[in-house]
Amino acid sequence: MATAEKPRQFVIIILFIGVASIILLRLFFLQNFEPKYKILANDIAIYKKVVYPPRGVICDRRGKVMLSNTVVYDLMITPHNVPKNLDTAQLCQALEIGKETYIDIMRRVRERNIDVRQSPFIEQLSQAQTARFQENTYLFPGFELVERNIREYENACAGIVLGYIGEVSPEMLKKPRYASYRQGDYAGLSGLEFQYEEELRGQRGVHYLERDKFNRPRDPYKGGSLDSQEISGKQLDLYMDAELQAYAEKLMLNKIGSVVAIDPKTGGILTMVSSPSYDPNLLRGRERARNYAMLYRDATRPLFNRAIQATYQPGSTIKPMTGLFAMATSAITSEFGFNCRGTYYNCSRPIACEHHDAGHAANFRVALAHSCNAYFCHIFRLGIDNERFNDVKAGLQSWHDYFYSFGYGHPTGLDLPFEGKGLLPDSAYYNHRYNNTWNSCTVVFVGMGQGELALTPLQMANSMCMIANRGWYYPPHFVKAIGKNPFDQALSRYQKKTVTNVPEPVFDIVQDAMQDVVESGTAAGAKLDGVTICAKTGTAENKAIVNGEVIKMQNHSMFVAFAPRENPKIAIAVAIENAGFGATWAAPIASLLIEKYLHDTISEKRKPMEQKMVDAHLINRYVYSIDSVSRLHDAVSFHNRQERKRVADSTARANDSLIIKRLFDNRFRH
Amino acid sequence: MSTQRRTIFNKLDWIILFLYLTLVAIGLCAVFSVEHRTTDTTIFMMNKSYARQFTWFGYSILLGLFIMFTDSKVFSSFAFLLYSSGIAVLILTIFIGVDVKGSRSWIGYGSIRFQPGEVCKIFTAMAIAKFISLPEINFKKFRNRIIAVCIALLPSVFIILQKETGLALVYFCFILVLYREGLPNAILIIGFSAIALVIGTLLIERKTIFIILTVLAVLIAFLMRFTLRRNLLAILVLIFSWGICIGFSQFAVPFAFKHVLQKHQIDRIYSMIGKDVPDEYDKEGGSDEKKVNSSEYNVLQSKIAIGSGGMYGKGYLNGTSTKNQFVPEQNTDFIFCAIGEQFGFVGSLFLVLVYLSLLLRIVFVAERQRSSFSRVYAYCVASILFFHFAINISMTIGLAPVIGITLPFLSYGGSSLISFSALIFILLRLDIDRQVLLR
Repeated sequence: MATAEKPRQFVIIILFIGVASIILLRLFFLQNFEPKYKILANDIAIYKKVVYPPRGVICDRRGKVMLSNTVVYDLMITPHNVPKNLDTAQLCQALEIGKETYIDIMRRVRERNIDVRQSPFIEQLSQAQTARFQENTYLFPGFELVERNIREYENACAGIVLGYIGEVSPEMLKKPRYASYRQGDYAGLSGLEFQYEEELRGQRGVHYLERDKFNRPRDPYKGGSLDSQEISGKQLDLYMDAELQAYAEKLMLNKIGSVVAIDPKTGGILTMVSSPSYDPNLLRGRERARNYAMLYRDATRPLFNRAIQATYQPGSTIKPMTGLFAMATSAITSEFGFNCRGTYYNCSRPIACEHHDAGHAANFRVALAHSCNAYFCHIFRLGIDNERFNDVKAGLQSWHDYFYSFGYGHPTGLDLPFEGKGLLPDSAYYNHRYNNTWNSCTVVFVGMGQGELALTPLQMANSMCMIANRGWYYPPHFVKAIGKNPFDQALSRYQKKTVTNVPEPVFDIVQDAMQDVVESGTAAGAKLDGVTICAKTGTAENKAIVNGEVIKMQNHSMFVAFAPRENPKIAIAVAIENAGFGATWAAPIASLLIEKYLHDTISEKRKPMEQKMVDAHLINRYVYSIDSVSRLHDAVSFHNRQERKRVADSTARANDSLIIKRLFDNRFRH
Repeated sequence: MSTQRRTIFNKLDWIILFLYLTLVAIGLCAVFSVEHRTTDTTIFMMNKSYARQFTWFGYSILLGLFIMFTDSKVFSSFAFLLYSSGIAVLILTIFIGVDVKGSRSWIGYGSIRFQPGEVCKIFTAMAIAKFISLPEINFKKFRNRIIAVCIALLPSVFIILQKETGLALVYFCFILVLYREGLPNAILIIGFSAIALVIGTLLIERKTIFIILTVLAVLIAFLMRFTLRRNLLAILVLIFSWGICIGFSQFAVPFAFKHVLQKHQIDRIYSMIGKDVPDEYDKEGGSDEKKVNSSEYNVLQSKIAIGSGGMYGKGYLNGTSTKNQFVPEQNTDFIFCAIGEQFGFVGSLFLVLVYLSLLLRIVFVAERQRSSFSRVYAYCVASILFFHFAINISMTIGLAPVIGITLPFLSYGGSSLISFSALIFILLRLDIDRQVLLR
């Protein structure tokens, strides 16, 4: 019987083997030729956790920390773990929030995320909130404090230099520099934070974690073998002197203007103040947006870095340079004198001079000490009309080239973003402006620092370095070393000297004259016992449009200096807007800063002067009206633009409907 | 006593026992990998399911020893009694069963629960074997064949009433045994044709399948025109089968889908063939939001786990899907994912080959029995194992609809492990007495 039905046995065996083969075939293809399942498995099961390293610390020349990181706490909530009988009253009390706020936050948390995931409850708790919460943590299961690093500005100074960080904007993400960033990442938005972003940010670490079906991270994936460790940001060592910086900001209180001090031997910036300054701690954390708007709306524009972006007519402070040019081109010698009687008549327009007594411009040294306008107008003309040059255009071009080599007319290469370049006219500029018909009298004002010439305070300070060093300077910069390495690739461009082709003896003459400015000339107030200061005051005329009419504003008070003459350690430029004579305000401030830097303290004798400077309130009332006018102007032009666009749109629409109407008319006429 | 023990030792089929132990060991490893967490304080935790599975394995061995020392005549003598009591318990379960995920197939008190449907498989197998081996039964008689089919399918009726359709389908595997014992070949052909027709109906639009069937019939008629001209019966058979097919695809399948099958069953069938559920079968009504096919999620997660295993797998306890419980029901119905993910194709191949060896060995053992009771019983065991194995693995890789049946010896669960073990041990016991003619 069994043998008769043998075929049936084989049918069953074949059925078993056949089904097993089908399963194996499907498995073979599923496991070896369908990579999408591997990708899906990784997608669902592996969580890529990005770990942000602490940002680099910024230290001053003495190693004092200026900008570091501090820990703030975010309160996180996992609603799933919050018990039903949570004492909300106590929680609200600990966090100083109302019951409505609590309910509101809970509602938002539940809307945003599923129950088992952690969401922020309150970000950046204050210290008091943190302390009170930490004491009673055990009462609030489901809540957790998560620490986060934010930037901490010690002394709250140099905000405009250090800059601030913030979340990268969608526009920034489109730029190649931010290719590796993602929405929500932080990046430097201004100042050194922006400039040295790559060095300060360090390298993000990526940790791969497995997660379960509720998206909760669990064990490290493959034992952490794929993880990359985060690398901390590099420390930046600055040339800046934190004490000097704080002192300078104090002196510049209630004044609009700027101070730039440079170490001539290295080009390192010792101090850079743009006044009014602001507390950089305002621009971090959760208050940033509101404070930024407040600072942005301020009529004195504290967010505008005047030291590198504002340009001023240098006034008399340019006179040493004019002298350098005239003597370098052999137009005059140091013995050259000019008989000034208070007015310069050689050009059709008389140019006034402050001094009337005979012999105040008997030679270069005396003329510079007394800042004789007539003398410098004249030697400027002699310089550009020199017979070495074919005509005045070639002469002016030569002047332009000399001044260009002094660091004017182009950005100095400072390691801050958005540096202004000032204005340094050349022959082409005047050709265009005066339609090719101009002579040395047309441009004569440039010789005494008025007219078309415009410089940033940084350029002024930089040119002082050049005179102090007798003909060379390093491009000004802030950073001495990146991560303790002074030869970092990013700093190599600051280790190349820029040299001018003015012969050295000329510098002796100019330095003599500048020394006289302090010792017997216009800047007697800047005199400092035991230190030879070389300086030049400046009083720049300026005009503004207020209420539709051009008015002559109070002069800008300018002062440039370097000291000591024998072994220059500091070169400084001070510009105070609409304050008056250079000798009155800018000179004492510069002198105090030099004393502070060289002697570390202010002598008892000069304390009253210091007090006077600190107390002085020199903000011109016009600032507010000028500011409101310019903002109104912006608003009006914006509104006009919108209106024009709207009108254009509606015209286009009207045209369209006309065309359609015509089409219909044509169609149904017959 | 000692001679009996020696007989047992000498005549025991060690291959089956070895394959059985291998599968149970693989199963314990798989359940361990699903339950184990790196955060566990000790390697082996008593409150986890692998520990319970281990305990059940111990019970199974005890039961096996008990069976070994039972006279094999007991099984044939008590077959009908056990079957009747099994049916009684099944009926009872409908009323006193514990509600587990919508089905009432479990009975028990407190934490001890078992599924009578699982155990009843053994009794049914014994009843079929007993019925066919009765000397007065001539299995060539149509009446006896019908009785045998009824014995096989009666439990499934009650299991369907318990709403545990997957388990009920298992009883259809006895058809394979009856085929071996003499059911006509047409049974297999008609069975496969029916399955092909159902899938075709679901895949292809109804009008198209009507045209295809008609064209097919006309084509056959054309090819067989000389036979048909002489034979009236052949014409009738052709027309009749065409009519049956049309009726089946045009009316029976839509009717079943609209009125008989539950929503989750429709979901599972459509997720197997990889199509969205058509609107006419959608029981929820025309809601605009995207219909989420819930069983598709299970199958997708299962396929992800198996597919991501690759050739050699991710390594034991390194499977990301297994470890983090992405596959629902992974302990029980989807235990194969754990093997596929952690050991890759090589591991799956090994497992399938072990199963296949077991099945073929059982068929070999069946054919060497002297008594027909043992032979039919062995075939029943092979069929049950085959059905479970084929459907379970197929559903994890999307070849079959998801019906809740376990993978024998591997899946976590006391009822399943103990009843399959009993099935195997009774077979081994009967095989020891293969020279004896059981009555």
